[in-house]
Amino acid sequence: MIDRRKFLKKAVWFIPAVGVFRRLSKEAQAKPIAGGYDPKNHLYGMGIDIDKCIGCGRCMEACKTENNVPKEPFFYRTWVERYTIKKDGEVDVETIDPRHEKPLARTKETEVLRSFFVPKLCNQCEHPPCVQVCPVGATFSTEDGVVLVDSNRCIGCRYCIQACPYGARYLHPETETADKCTFCYHRIVKGLLPACVEVCPTQARIFGDLKSMASRLVRFKRINRLHVLKAHLNTEPKVEYANLDGEVR
Amino acid sequence: MLDKIPEQIKRLSVVIGVIIAVVITARFVVLPSSLIDTQYHHDSTVEREVAKNVAYAGTTVCGNCHPDQMTTKSKGYHKNVSCETCHGPARAHTENPSNKPSAPRGREFCAFCHAYDPSRPTGFPQINPVVHNPLKPCTTCHKPHDPVPPESPRECSACHAQIANIKSASPHALVGCPACHTVPEKHKINPLGVRPTKPMAREFCAKCHAKEAGRKDAPSVDFSTHGDRFLCWECHYPHLPERTVQR
Repeated sequence: MIDRRKFLKKAVWFIPAVGVFRRLSKEAQAKPIAGGYDPKNHLYGMGIDIDKCIGCGRCMEACKTENNVPKEPFFYRTWVERYTIKKDGEVDVETIDPRHEKPLARTKETEVLRSFFVPKLCNQCEHPPCVQVCPVGATFSTEDGVVLVDSNRCIGCRYCIQACPYGARYLHPETETADKCTFCYHRIVKGLLPACVEVCPTQARIFGDLKSMASRLVRFKRINRLHVLKAHLNTEPKVEYANLDGEVR
Repeated sequence: MLDKIPEQIKRLSVVIGVIIAVVITARFVVLPSSLIDTQYHHDSTVEREVAKNVAYAGTTVCGNCHPDQMTTKSKGYHKNVSCETCHGPARAHTENPSNKPSAPRGREFCAFCHAYDPSRPTGFPQINPVVHNPLKPCTTCHKPHDPVPPESPRECSACHAQIANIKSASPHALVGCPACHTVPEKHKINPLGVRPTKPMAREFCAKCHAKEAGRKDAPSVDFSTHGDRFLCWECHYPHLPERTVQR
């Protein structure tokens, strides 16, 4: 049994803990990103030209290589959907296989009204529903407009996967945390293009900084009529589509 | 009033007050704001995200060491195709040139973009890989850095466009018209009166297709037993010779 005097004597040792805490927090504070990158000066977005996408699947493969996404064909940070709109108004949507090993369903040509490819990825919403629902605050928007997941905080509850109206998130089978497109954040802060944009052979994907007047995206936005997916949800996506068909959801 | 409160309640309220004071001090004074603020977690996430490895080096660095290929590519149809679209991630190669990136040589890779698909935009060059000069790698006829289809001489294709088109997708695509036909100059003035020659001997085809010729790129037959008295082109259409695989 400890008496009061002994307890107080030992408690005195906790006073220096204040200094230790402050020291630790100073060290823990994020170092500025190398190369003088300041997220305040950037706001990233992507433009996608439907008329240019050939559905080759290079973006899907490059994304998996760049971001260590599992190779199984149902984990994608970005993917390409093939829309087939039939004359009777029925719409067929299927995700293409980047290695083109799985043959795509062939609709009889006389029944097809139009058909095209739609690349999809995280829309990096201005008002992201996934951030709202996260119970532990593990996902957040950065200053430069990218929604990131803190894999150390994520508890893998899948609420965000359910909440995303675009189906852009998946649960990484190794880390058991939510994972999603980050616009290749580690590349864009170094001035590189996201991997999918880098390898796109037809420039169907345009990436750029909305705060820079010289960026290709600003020009793309000026010369195209743009649409976003599910505009009625007021998520304000930063991925905008040119020549988008009204049937695309 | 104060006298009516029992002594133990007074003491207990002092203890509770001290506990509350300690908690408040700990929360707002001892714990630095950066530990409580979510900003700390966000910053550390950004830091972890930024530290990730880059696999694709970006096409601009390729030109530093491979200027010739870049010049060739900058004039061709593939000028806007990034090097790493075909060659794969090359960051490791930029750091240590002995880490060679891949160079796809098979027919499958080109077909990812160029196989016919009804959903592809109109005007994008597409072929049917089953009938388009099968069994030969695309690079035999098309240089990937400056892809152009093999052309028949313009002076032939001007009139014989159909033959030129058929031949351009056949195994004989790289065999020029003059290789088999000798065209007299007057043929251009009087096409029906003065005709080009046709190979009139079996030995002509045997130059490439006999077993003794030993060519790996051409299917070979034993001319002593195959087809005896007939000329080759009486059975095989030379502008679109059939596939070598027996079905």
